[in-house]
Amino acid sequence: MLSYTLRRLAMIVPVLFGISVIVFLIMALIPGDPALAILGSFATPDNVAKLRQDLGLDRSLVEQYVVWLGNLAHGDFGRSYSLNRPVIDEVRERLGPTLLLAGASLLLCTVLGLAAGVVSAIRQYGWQDKILTLLVLIGLSTPSFWLGLILVLVFSVQLKWFPVSGMYAIYGGGDTLDLLWHLALPAITLAVVATGVIARLTRSTMLEVLRQDFVRTARAKGLDERTVIRKHALRNALVNIVPIIGIQTGFVLGGAVYIETVFQWPGIGRMLVTAISTRDILLVQGGVLVVAACYVLINLAADLVQHMLDPRIGT
Amino acid sequence: MVKALVILAAVTAAAPVAAQVPDDVLVVGQIAEPKSLDPHAVTATNDFRILMNLYDGLVRFKPGTLEVEPALATSWDVAEDGKTYTFHLRDRVKFHDDTPFDASAVKYNFDRMLDDKHPRHDTGPFPLSFFFSAVERTEVVDAQTVRFHLKEPYAPLLSNLAYPTGLMVSPTAIEAHGKDFGRHPTGTGAFKFAEWQSNTKVVLERNAEYWNGAPKLQAVIFRPLTDANTRLTELLAGGLDLMVEVPPDAVDLLQKAGGFTLYEQAGPHLWFLILNTREGPFKDPRVRQAINYAIDKRALVDQVLQGTATVADSIVPAAFEWAHDETIEPYPHNPERARQLLREAGAENVELNFLVAEGGSGMLAPIPMATAIQADLAKIGIKVNIQTYEWNTYLGLVNQGLAGKADMAEMAWMTNDPDTLPFLTLRTEALPENGGFNSGYYSNPEVDRLLLAARQSTSRDERAELYKRVQRIVREDAPWAVVANWKQNAVTTERVKGFELQPSFLLNLAAVTKAGE
Repeated sequence: MLSYTLRRLAMIVPVLFGISVIVFLIMALIPGDPALAILGSFATPDNVAKLRQDLGLDRSLVEQYVVWLGNLAHGDFGRSYSLNRPVIDEVRERLGPTLLLAGASLLLCTVLGLAAGVVSAIRQYGWQDKILTLLVLIGLSTPSFWLGLILVLVFSVQLKWFPVSGMYAIYGGGDTLDLLWHLALPAITLAVVATGVIARLTRSTMLEVLRQDFVRTARAKGLDERTVIRKHALRNALVNIVPIIGIQTGFVLGGAVYIETVFQWPGIGRMLVTAISTRDILLVQGGVLVVAACYVLINLAADLVQHMLDPRIGT
Repeated sequence: MVKALVILAAVTAAAPVAAQVPDDVLVVGQIAEPKSLDPHAVTATNDFRILMNLYDGLVRFKPGTLEVEPALATSWDVAEDGKTYTFHLRDRVKFHDDTPFDASAVKYNFDRMLDDKHPRHDTGPFPLSFFFSAVERTEVVDAQTVRFHLKEPYAPLLSNLAYPTGLMVSPTAIEAHGKDFGRHPTGTGAFKFAEWQSNTKVVLERNAEYWNGAPKLQAVIFRPLTDANTRLTELLAGGLDLMVEVPPDAVDLLQKAGGFTLYEQAGPHLWFLILNTREGPFKDPRVRQAINYAIDKRALVDQVLQGTATVADSIVPAAFEWAHDETIEPYPHNPERARQLLREAGAENVELNFLVAEGGSGMLAPIPMATAIQADLAKIGIKVNIQTYEWNTYLGLVNQGLAGKADMAEMAWMTNDPDTLPFLTLRTEALPENGGFNSGYYSNPEVDRLLLAARQSTSRDERAELYKRVQRIVREDAPWAVVANWKQNAVTTERVKGFELQPSFLLNLAAVTKAGE
């Protein structure tokens, strides 16, 4: 188990290296350059050349990459030219809010998805199943950015129950209650699709498990239905569901990009959008690497949980 | 599940108390996070809006105009040859960190920007430092007098000094913070820097010792809200007191909602088409004039831009009152005359390639504008092929010149002096191959001569006369189709008083107050 974990952790290095090369190449391939983005209308060839030199963009691509990699080895992510500050400072500030938002959404979609899936499965074709299936399908097919806008219109503008945007009140505030109050709408919006996916999968997996011999045996032993569902059926179903939750992390982190824009959540997703449009290659690199590392680690955690649920898998 | 709902309900009931913003704090909705609060390091109007409240320059634009008036300099003398400017500085002014503002501080500011041997030149880059490229050196005459020696006469110097790139920063703060000065801004302005929470807010506090009278507001909070819908919903929900760059659709909605005041101000902005005068049908000036007659500018402004712009009549926007030729008329919409000109020029079955941006600074609604123009030109028998590009790519493409690529291209400029746009874009010396922006290759020796004379003149009246002559010549030569001047707009809640938009597109909040509910 320990060696498995270490092996998986060691795998992160080549994965991140590969990602960094790809990001660098993509950023180099998209047309436009940061000097142009900064100078705007004033981008005379002279001014562009001077600024490119100041920014170190006049060096070859390979050279730029090697310099970046060398600095990274010393823990230096470089300096963002669109924000005029060290990349690491920006990424560090932004990672927390994203992890909080993604974590809250994952918690919501896991709890709600599992609950909806289990209820649907044990009441197959009953009215509960029909209503839940309908809700799940609506959730799955609603575009999140649109849902976010609608929630804001109803709950923030009309009812004034929740704030429109941001992470803390703009004046005063700043405590946990304030944070939860701001977190509610974006976390719900971000969780909706993933909840649907988990609910669908839980339902089908549970239905399959419930038909297995060991469930019949458990029932025949005279165990009450609750114990059968919880201890026997759900636990076995979870072996298949947990990796999907791990994969949903990727969707949640990806979805955070536009949810963060709609709700002005000061996270890393919104940072990446801006960084790409200003061709801020070092900031994109730093952001993508950190997000990718999180994704890999969370999936590793999901695999370890799966292994604990079913020791036959994985190691 | 039930527990979660209970918690949510509790949070909802308890939280709104924290959100009350006091009456002497103004919340401003910005369109993006500022890049830096170092005035010499930034280029975006979005950042300028904050900077103008933190810093002062030697001179500033007189409220409501684009004319220069004293600020940190109380007066100045210009030598006969236009190559020496002597500024007499205001007495007893201090930066927010108590550093005295004097001639050596002014010299420090310009040396940092312009002298690559200055020890703090590495706190750049300073992308707009070419505004002062005519400055050879600055000289401290005495504590209250500073002299600028220019390489050649350069009339726009004063308006460039009034621009954010000319704002004065505290030398002590630069020495203390180095490259991070942009996050520790220190000026002499009406407000002092208090706090910058990344992507959440920038807070400025009242400078009680401001030389021009302390502002009435205790604080101003600038919020970066990149999404236009979010900005609008924040305003509707009471999270903003002031919002700039309101989209046309939203203007309508806010007027219906009530409780808001709309401000509009035409500015030194010009939206135009660059025509390729080097090759293709636009070599013939009659075809260029035909385009000008064929475009229904009134419809573009009223319908496509929904009244957020005015019809442009000249290459010098009307906001530059002193330099704009009042007698000039926009080309009337006259498709009949356009067809006649095309016949005279023998330009039958013309097909044009049109470069169009997908967005971009000052470009308004580039794609709808382009399709409306395409339809106007179809009516005079011209087929237009539109090619769209992402803004950065677009700029790179157009700035290299249109030859071999297209017959026309959209462009928009916002400037602070009537000199800037024609000097950089219409002179023979400004052709792309010489490092200029004359992407349509317009060349008229008379225009070249007049523009150079205007730049070297030290008399404003003489400059005005020269610009007016340029405007009349360019109208006839028609190297561009000038289309629209954008009106900057802003919306405040009705509680906000004393707010004014400036033709410079800069934002000054020193006189603003907010009434109690």
